Amino acid sequence: MKKIIIICLFFGLNSCSQDRDISLSPVAITLNFAHSWGEDEISSSDFDELKFTNENEQTLSINRLRYVISEITLIHESGEPTVLNDYNLVDLTNEAGLSFTTSESILPGDYVSASFRFGFSNNLNIDGAYPDLNSALFNVPGLLGGGYHFMQLDGMYIDNNNQEAAYNYHVINAFDASNPNETVETSFSVNIGGLTIGSNTNINMKMDISEWFKNPNMWDLDEFDTNLMGNYDAQLLMNQNGSSVFDLVSITQ
Amino acid sequence: MKKYFLLLLLFSILFVSCSNKDNTIEEEYTPIPYSLEVPELFQQKLIAPLIPTNNPLTEEGIALGKKLFFDKKLSKDNTQSCASCHNPRNSFTDSLRFSLGVDGLPGSRNSMPLFNLAWNFNDKFAWDGKELSLERQALEPVRNPIEMHSSWSNVTLRLQQDQEYPKMFLNAFGTERIDSALVTKAIAQFERTLISGNAKFDQYLLGNTSLSQQELNGFTIFMSEDKGDCFHCHGSDNNPLWTDNDFHNNGLDTSFNDLGLGSVTGDPNDNGKFKSPSLRNLVYTAPYMHDGRFSTLEEVINHYSEGLQNSSTIDPLMKKVSQGGVQLTPLEKADLKAFLITLTDDDFINNPSFQN
Repeated sequence: MKKIIIICLFFGLNSCSQDRDISLSPVAITLNFAHSWGEDEISSSDFDELKFTNENEQTLSINRLRYVISEITLIHESGEPTVLNDYNLVDLTNEAGLSFTTSESILPGDYVSASFRFGFSNNLNIDGAYPDLNSALFNVPGLLGGGYHFMQLDGMYIDNNNQEAAYNYHVINAFDASNPNETVETSFSVNIGGLTIGSNTNINMKMDISEWFKNPNMWDLDEFDTNLMGNYDAQLLMNQNGSSVFDLVSITQ
Repeated sequence: MKKYFLLLLLFSILFVSCSNKDNTIEEEYTPIPYSLEVPELFQQKLIAPLIPTNNPLTEEGIALGKKLFFDKKLSKDNTQSCASCHNPRNSFTDSLRFSLGVDGLPGSRNSMPLFNLAWNFNDKFAWDGKELSLERQALEPVRNPIEMHSSWSNVTLRLQQDQEYPKMFLNAFGTERIDSALVTKAIAQFERTLISGNAKFDQYLLGNTSLSQQELNGFTIFMSEDKGDCFHCHGSDNNPLWTDNDFHNNGLDTSFNDLGLGSVTGDPNDNGKFKSPSLRNLVYTAPYMHDGRFSTLEEVINHYSEGLQNSSTIDPLMKKVSQGGVQLTPLEKADLKAFLITLTDDDFINNPSFQN
């Protein structure tokens, strides 16, 4: 009788263990990035043409758009946070990095919130530390604080002399050359909201590029077109405008 | 009967033994894998070099590729090799604006220097990016009527009849049967070993030497967004390639005789775009630009300072085009030139492994 109990116990425990392994195997998640100008979806085929109008009624083109996201963070319903060390360069110019599956995995289940960071936080914005971003020439010069671009948005616009002029809307960590030891964190967290992580979770995000030019600061390209990396005030304005550029489109399982 | 059995056994052993010996002689030679000697800064800063899985580097493949690279048998009349236009003493370019082919005819673009090709991550080669791998690029000059003006059937026949090549192909690729695919694979292997990573500035970054104040000033101008702003296309202390290997219209002309990338993609928005060359070894690579229009570094710097021409596809990074350029002072120009010269790698130029 004792033997039978032990055998039953063994199979019972084994069975429980298998169930738990199946339901709690860590999984990767996928983030997909689409892009729009207002309501209009855009891709690289929309580049290089003066076809967009910003809130300040300036006509502009987009020739290059690249940005980095990092620190995907999920807060479990138990309150425990999980921060993934992954980062990803989204390159709309070359249609690369638009779909990104994390190399690190998390346990499936219900999470009360999820987010990612646009750019790198100060402690991760380490000069020259990421070979793939170095290879992509995404670095920020040391004399502007080092680290990496958060975004490179380049194009042409019609200036107030009715001439085509260049703009380089480059977002970096704000750097005040007159006070280089004082740093302001201008990367920012993008809230995805609560979600359930299953075995094949896709988080579909959209960047509305027009938001960089309007909300809350209406962007005048005649005032802020080039040499913005070293423009501390412009970086703070960009940071404010960035808060409304991303929207969650859907989460699919 | 027992005697016959013993004899049979002995004969069998001898036969097996002979048979084994014959097998050993006919055993296929296995080429020795080769690992690139990657400079320390490249290891620290860059992702791994691209080596195609269908053309791994081997010592035999590289040796064969080197022999082919310097062999004039690849040209119609045995007068030109790859090295005729890609001379190791010129950082694997030549000093002409347009190289001359076997018939004395000039090409229409400046010969590109060859180094650090395994770090060309987009795998697009030539000024207009038309060659989608090093192997494919190597197919072109042999049959180009204004370059080597030969044909692959002629070239492979010559190589096949050579005393040394069939054995070298056997050792490198397991076959004595020579064809254009194997020739270009071998040349590409050799070209991937052409690594330039030991300039004065590399040594400076490694803490092994110092720069003059003028050179440091020049580096600051290079890295300043409101001065040279060279780093967006040509790299930095964090990218020792000194190129983005991408395609830009850098304001040379208002209209285009040569469409560059646009002639490959068919997209008018790509017209006038050409590959950014590396800034390494500029001392050896004059003249400059895709058409070799500038003879000196001073002319190049003047172009970016005040000579930019506007056009429909100009890169937005040429941001002061309405003023002609970034407006450097004579002192700033001299400083920038001094910095650029610190990217000269004499060890690469003199490396005996790269000479004929």
